[in-house]
Amino acid sequence: MVAPGCLHSVGPHPVPTTPGPATQERTLRQRTAAHVILLLLATTFFAGTAGTASAQEDRSEGIRGTLTNEVDDEDVPVAGVEIAVVDADGAAIGDVTSGEDGSFSLDLPGPGEYTATLDVETLPEGIGLRDEDRASLTFSLTPGQNRPLNFFFGEDTRQRASTTDRVLQLTVEGIKLGLIIAITSVGLSLIYGTTGLTNFAHGELVTFGGLVAWYLNFQVGIPLVWAGLLAIAIGGGASGLLDRGLWRPLRKRGTGLIAMLVVSIGLSLLLRYLFLYQFGGRTRPFAEFGRQRQVDFLGLGLVGITPKDMVSIGLSVVVLVVVALLVTRTRMGKAMRAVADNPDLAASSGIDVQRVILLVWVVGGALAAFGGILVGLGEEVSWQMGFQLLLLMFAGITLGGLGTAFGALVGGFVIGLFINLSTLVVPTELKNVGALLVLAVVLLVRPQGILGRAERVG
Amino acid sequence: MSVADRPRHASAVAALADIAREPGVAKPDPILVVDGVHRRFGGLTAVDVDHLEVQRGSITALIGPNGAGKTTFFNLLTGFDRPDSGSWTYNGERMGGTAAHKVARAGMVRTFQLTKSLARLSVLENMKLGATGQRGESFARALLPPLWRGQERGIEARAIELLARFKLDTKRDDFAGTLSGGQRKLLEMARALMVEPELVMLDEPMAGVNPALTQSLLGHVKGLREEGMTVVFVEHDMDVVYDISDWVVVMAEGRIIAEGPPAAIGANQEVIDAYLGAHHDAPLTFEEEEAQLADAFGAEAADADREERTT
Amino acid sequence: MDWGAIIENGLRAAFGLEAAYFALAAIGLNVHFGYTGLLNFGQAGFLAIGAYGMGISVTHFGTSLWVGILVSILAAVVFALLLGLPTLRLRADYLAIVTIASAEIVRLVFRSARFQPVTGGSAGLQNFAGEFYRINPYSPGRYRLEAIYNGALGPFDVVRGLLALALLWIVVDRLAPGRLPGSRRSPQAAAGEGREVIGVREMVLLVIAALILVAGLTPVSFTQNRMWILTVGWGLVVITSLLVFLLMRSPWGRVLKSIREDEDAARSLGKNVVSYKMQSLIFGGVIGSLGGLVFVIGNQSIQPDNFGTPITFFAYAALILGGTARVFGPIVGSMIFWALLSVAENGLQQARGAGYISNDLLTATQVGQLRFMLVGAGLMALMIFRPQGIFGNRREIDLSVRR
Repeated sequence: MVAPGCLHSVGPHPVPTTPGPATQERTLRQRTAAHVILLLLATTFFAGTAGTASAQEDRSEGIRGTLTNEVDDEDVPVAGVEIAVVDADGAAIGDVTSGEDGSFSLDLPGPGEYTATLDVETLPEGIGLRDEDRASLTFSLTPGQNRPLNFFFGEDTRQRASTTDRVLQLTVEGIKLGLIIAITSVGLSLIYGTTGLTNFAHGELVTFGGLVAWYLNFQVGIPLVWAGLLAIAIGGGASGLLDRGLWRPLRKRGTGLIAMLVVSIGLSLLLRYLFLYQFGGRTRPFAEFGRQRQVDFLGLGLVGITPKDMVSIGLSVVVLVVVALLVTRTRMGKAMRAVADNPDLAASSGIDVQRVILLVWVVGGALAAFGGILVGLGEEVSWQMGFQLLLLMFAGITLGGLGTAFGALVGGFVIGLFINLSTLVVPTELKNVGALLVLAVVLLVRPQGILGRAERVG
Repeated sequence: MSVADRPRHASAVAALADIAREPGVAKPDPILVVDGVHRRFGGLTAVDVDHLEVQRGSITALIGPNGAGKTTFFNLLTGFDRPDSGSWTYNGERMGGTAAHKVARAGMVRTFQLTKSLARLSVLENMKLGATGQRGESFARALLPPLWRGQERGIEARAIELLARFKLDTKRDDFAGTLSGGQRKLLEMARALMVEPELVMLDEPMAGVNPALTQSLLGHVKGLREEGMTVVFVEHDMDVVYDISDWVVVMAEGRIIAEGPPAAIGANQEVIDAYLGAHHDAPLTFEEEEAQLADAFGAEAADADREERTT
Repeated sequence: MDWGAIIENGLRAAFGLEAAYFALAAIGLNVHFGYTGLLNFGQAGFLAIGAYGMGISVTHFGTSLWVGILVSILAAVVFALLLGLPTLRLRADYLAIVTIASAEIVRLVFRSARFQPVTGGSAGLQNFAGEFYRINPYSPGRYRLEAIYNGALGPFDVVRGLLALALLWIVVDRLAPGRLPGSRRSPQAAAGEGREVIGVREMVLLVIAALILVAGLTPVSFTQNRMWILTVGWGLVVITSLLVFLLMRSPWGRVLKSIREDEDAARSLGKNVVSYKMQSLIFGGVIGSLGGLVFVIGNQSIQPDNFGTPITFFAYAALILGGTARVFGPIVGSMIFWALLSVAENGLQQARGAGYISNDLLTATQVGQLRFMLVGAGLMALMIFRPQGIFGNRREIDLSVRR
């Protein structure tokens, strides 16, 4: 009926949603920009993408695959594992057990949406899913499709690693996520501060940045560094265009804040499904830096970290410091804070409020795009990667104090760290629940957020 | 109008005649007694009132330069803000920490500096909302109109009567949002009366009201006293203060710096200093400052100030 | 292109399970957002709790369906209390963020593998609705909407008749304000809203009323089971709307509306604002949970991912389309919303089938995606150009302080 709004893992484990080129969806096809209903000049970046619409063989629908576990660079079959399949209404369709060679196949009644669930209890000792959240895969079958399903295994780390090691590892992951949330939510918070808009379409700016970078990198073949810089510029530009083309006219009309909030929800839906329409439901990796082995951080055997994660954390810190300096030290930054504090007063002291707001949108959009690239680097890019981050961004800025730049930084960072560390006690699939609960508790104790100020009535 | 037409005015003046003109002075029959109320925002002290008594049946003006803490003080007394420390009694009952709606039900009703008319309710609905103890305001009883319809008719009759008095009866079926600024002030005051208060706290009742309506508003405020209510109001226009108040309380930087009958206040050196002091750190031009002073104390004070500065 | 089929499907959607489900969800939202001004973006959570409260009771604890329904309602009350306590004292935007987050928490917990033995995990729950269909008064067969039931008018006809009558009543009241018994002098009437001539809005209402009445003449038909849940679902829509109608004309409703306009003013007049907000949150939430119940009993299956955030947004779209703070806004909005979605989807599919749109341009799956894009664009356009929806009054919307 209606697609789920997901708050799936934004965690550290890169696992492709739907594997293998044979199932490549036929979503990226030659098309002209003319039939795209709306906007954003930049969506044309996806147009003209070559996609291979492979001819489907005429056979009955089903799923197949081979369960293997990589041990010392060698694939070892995983036998005797049960996989159950249900249809979109949840009615059981059938189940299958993997054979001695780890292979399985199951015929399904026809095209449509199905969910295959691997029974974790039937896994052999010491083997676990690399990503616990991916015990269930939801997929759709087109007529005649015999679809391969991949489940990725790894060592059952939960039982192996010592608590100290896990705390350190999770702290590193948490810092990475926290920095991404902080970077993406600066714009969200400043936009709220300067215009009062609770922008539900901010996640789409993140997605946009990631997708543009992916397109430039993967399809056009520009090295990721340059593709990323271009994507950040395009993201900032598109965000500025949104302000000029949509939000500023709305502000001029005197549209109320709640009405604008609803407009942003509409925009979010429109953009998200436009991304899905153009880009397809798959997650996709960048052309470079795909799989990296973890190196021993600090040489102490404590924390494993991939080089790209190190670079990503380093870049994030640099960007955040630059943003902090911009906001506190430059004239424009001071003007931003003045507008956030009191737009009328700022206007009467000669600040061009509309220009400041435009700048906030551009900077916020560029930062969101940067965050999208970081997410794509850590995992892969997908059509709803930003939307999955949105609630965490909201949690972060609410925690930090709505409308303040530093509140967003602090709150986002705390949320990212908390989410990862909470997996020590809660199941990974519920890690976001803990973060959102903390948000509710903080609001009970300190309603204005960590760095926010209380307001006066009257 | 002579004093004889307004017996309550006369008695209020008489009651306050022999009182010392100093901050925190005791009144013969106080309805409100405030003790040691402090409120800080960050490092800034907004309100720091050691002692204040408000005489029952009088009209008390609360004046002071911008940022003196008048509105914050109002917010504290009416439960819209919590003090860091301090307490007060209303009609002998301790009120510190009481929720705003309970303060209102106890008979201490306020209005707001920026008028809060309920724009998408009709004028009549605005009025009817003010009545307390309505049976139909409970969820379960609301579903059974016979339980509250009788009371509702009574409330409506009272509302229409008040609307007529405030000359808003022709507007009763209009959305309150369509009223002019002055009419909204009138509506807000009339609506506050629906609560049947003993103490009415008006935050700048004349702000943004056109001169034609000012007189009528003033008349209504005086009328409240004649009906036995106590009025405390915040105001900037000294003409208004002189005209209707029996007693004036001056606030500056959160403290009460002077009290006395209106006639005595304009001449009070501390008050003049307070108004000037508040301006010293504000980026006002000389002309603006002069104009404000003239506004507040008449031309004489401004002249005196000019001489002081030129020497 | 088979226009007949497109129209038939559109009509079917307007009276279908989803429309009834969304109508209930949107009626709840109307209480929250339309009347009280509460930005509840967690209606999906209430829908899910309605569904799972009953589902878990029946499948896991083996209670009867009816006990399960009571559990659902109680669970919705508890959820509202949990949501409201930390947020109802805060600014509206905090409520929006906390409610949307809470709805996600609810969904994540229900779909979690950790609780699979109780919640069924991502596969959800089935086999709980037997008792409901055992008392189905419709004998097996397909039923048109006029539903000749034992040779007499069926229960659905009563529901339908009531809906149509209420719409007609509104049209007459609009055309001749103050003339009908029980009608009052309304602010709208005073603002000159009464019309001598039939306007666009009245036309739309008349057409909908006529469609409701003559729907039986169309080939739209449902199975006996679907007919039974539709009767109950639309019956609940009528009952809850009647409750909303009564409540919003009472002093209780007046307090809610005053909170929407300015809660400080309400507080200064002695109203316990937090308590009323909580009552509103509970009342609207329980209506939402009834919607969730209708939906899953109709589908005979509970899927956690049916209760994602977009559901809330869609319910808002339906509500705003119909008109907020109007008793009939959510009902008509939901019917039109689903009819439009169905017409758009069927139209596009047919155009594809007939070769008007090439497969390269639009695949079958992309039609579904396009549908969501249309909802998004529609919601934006509606909010910008016609924020009052079908029923609302533009002048009234413009008066709103916060807008």
